[in-house]
Amino acid sequence: MNLDLSEEQRLLKDSVERLLLESYRLNNRRTYQAGERGFSDEMWSRYAELGLLALPFSEEFGGFGGGAVETMIVMEAFGKALILEPYFATVVLAGGVVRLGANESQKAKLIPAIAEGRTKMAFAYAEPQSRYDLFHVETQAKNDRDGWVLSGTKGLVLHGEAADKIVVSARTAGDTRDKKGIGLFLVDAHAPGLRSRGYPTQDGLRAAEITLEKVRVEEVDVIGDPAGAFPVISRVAEEAIAALCAEAVGSFGEMLAITVDYLKTREQFGKKIGSFQALQHRAADMFVELEQSRSMAMYAAILASEGNATECKRAISAAKIQIGRSAKVIGHESIQLHGGIGMTTEYSIGHYFKHVIMLDALFGDTDYHLSRLAKLGGLSKEQAN
Amino acid sequence: MDLTFTEGERAFRDEVRQFLRDNVPPETQRKLVEGRRLSKDEMIAGARVLNKKGIPYWPKEYGGAGWTPAQQYIFEEEVQAFTAQTMYDFGVSLIGPVIYTFGNDAQKKYYLPRIINVDDWWCQGFSEPGAGSDLASLRTRAVRNGDHYVVNGQKTWTTLAQHADWIFCLVRTNPDAKKQLGISFLLIDMKSPGVTVRPIQLIDGDYEVNEVFFDNVRVPAENLVGEENKGWEYAKMLLGNERFGGAWVGASKERIRRIRHLAARSQIGGERLIDQVTFHQKVLEIEVQLKALEVTQLRVVANASKKNSMRDPVSSILKLKGAEIQQATAELLMHVIGPYALPHFSEEEFEDRNQAPIGPDWPPMIASTYFYSRAASIYSGSREIQKNIIAKAILGL
Repeated sequence: MNLDLSEEQRLLKDSVERLLLESYRLNNRRTYQAGERGFSDEMWSRYAELGLLALPFSEEFGGFGGGAVETMIVMEAFGKALILEPYFATVVLAGGVVRLGANESQKAKLIPAIAEGRTKMAFAYAEPQSRYDLFHVETQAKNDRDGWVLSGTKGLVLHGEAADKIVVSARTAGDTRDKKGIGLFLVDAHAPGLRSRGYPTQDGLRAAEITLEKVRVEEVDVIGDPAGAFPVISRVAEEAIAALCAEAVGSFGEMLAITVDYLKTREQFGKKIGSFQALQHRAADMFVELEQSRSMAMYAAILASEGNATECKRAISAAKIQIGRSAKVIGHESIQLHGGIGMTTEYSIGHYFKHVIMLDALFGDTDYHLSRLAKLGGLSKEQAN
Repeated sequence: MDLTFTEGERAFRDEVRQFLRDNVPPETQRKLVEGRRLSKDEMIAGARVLNKKGIPYWPKEYGGAGWTPAQQYIFEEEVQAFTAQTMYDFGVSLIGPVIYTFGNDAQKKYYLPRIINVDDWWCQGFSEPGAGSDLASLRTRAVRNGDHYVVNGQKTWTTLAQHADWIFCLVRTNPDAKKQLGISFLLIDMKSPGVTVRPIQLIDGDYEVNEVFFDNVRVPAENLVGEENKGWEYAKMLLGNERFGGAWVGASKERIRRIRHLAARSQIGGERLIDQVTFHQKVLEIEVQLKALEVTQLRVVANASKKNSMRDPVSSILKLKGAEIQQATAELLMHVIGPYALPHFSEEEFEDRNQAPIGPDWPPMIASTYFYSRAASIYSGSREIQKNIIAKAILGL
């Protein structure tokens, strides 16, 4: 058992945190957000320089061969700074599909482009009616002599507008809710027939609804088995959840720090409000939630890199449940402990609050994962039957 | 980063598990799992069994096992998983470390082997009627008179004092000093003239705690631990150890296994209780919190392996969250038996095996376990005190 970061991991953590401390204060974030794309291209280049965009990919394609723990480190730092850039969409989601599903020549083309910051990507996995079921795919992919033709609507494509290339899940066979018969297709953002309607999310990021009208995809751009890609989608989702949990923990830590700082400075009734026990105990509750969440984010990252699929799923669901519950406690308390100022957009805490609450609605909320964990038989090792 | 134990540690776990199966009397194990009360003889025999395997936390030179923090954790977890409780008496877990850290050579030589052999049953004389959470306001007086102290006052909530041979007490030796600074740590023979014990019945129907009265009790001065008026420092160490042991991860895991086991055998509205969504969801919620607590404790253990100290700020949440989970599992366990929570039996009545049980053949101690569980967030530093500690010591409020 070893829960320490290695020397290399510590260096990674230090360098990301240093970069964000220098360039990602709340006022920087406002400027980036107000820009045309809703994030900073300059920061994207900095991430590339630091090697963050190459992090999870294997060395043979120019990556750094990092695992779930390295991703955890970076995502936690990003959660702390509340970054706007499409790292999760490009590196974790679409990058995950490439890493786990693509063939060698696809990897050789895509990974260096991502790693060097030349190509941004998105993963269109969700549909308006699919909610959290990743296998609920109605978008059709029809095979003809020249390749594939895609038609359908993809909702909630995170950073869909900014993407140069979009990985689209589409049905090649079977019924709407079959796990078989789903393929993954690499689509150029400017492909004829593709329309992207961008919108801001509640937490200040960007997303898009993408409609595909007879969009042509060549055979070379099919990722993996066109009728059997669901396991890749599912695997990417597990890793993505582990990453989101780490991101949430980064935000939680900052939320507690900001709140405690406020309790130490704000005065009422002639005293620092942090001297009131009613408020101290709630700050203590936030600390408990933060540390319990940190433990589960570590647990998810560690299990996400291990082989046992069921154990991994259980751990990931458990972590998502913990993070979802803690987001409410930490979010609600941090706003309440600030009072009126916590409700304003001028002040930082509300932005964190909105972000951690929105994370619950990605890849299955607390209730969804409770149901999933129930189907997996819970967390107890020896099951009663 | 990994959460797996080494091959050696896994072998140690198997070894401990086998040891417990081979050595803990089956009747003792069953009683503990069922939440029943052990007799004094059973408690002593049980504690001796554990000590035979090794004393966790104690350094080797004083007869401790010299285990690594990971081994200590494994041992404690296995004991808890086997019994759904911790089995440690206050000798090994609380007073021993105070004596080997702050006691003089004569005290170490006399008490430590006796503690290891469980020759004496120890109880803790800290709380008083007027000093609960505000422990330092305690008023039991010890006045030096030649080679003796004369002790007058009253302790309360004294766990298992009715069985105790010795009590370790916080007493006030300097009433004029600031309250923490006038306290001393005294070991008192319960057979001393002037010591009276009055058991208190708790809402679970059982007698676990007592009031202990001291009426001009003469205590040899050599029974003072460390220096006079420094007792608060020693007590702080003891309370820290007590809190670290408060996570109860192994015991709660065993409790959840039992809940799942019984709920799979209970029918409700034509389906198994465990298959009922509302019930199962409650089990899952607790499992998630317990997993988080387990990893939190492993973080503390991993940190301790480096620094050789369990004093990690994160450890302050172990007792807080551990108590919450014990209470939640006790509540669920009672939920499993439904209307048969109602019948109440004392341990004596339960022992009368000639009579058929009322209701299912499950121990009718489950509701009592629930009622007792409310104490978990009160004893050894109430929930509110734990939160004060986090707010002040960690958050700096």
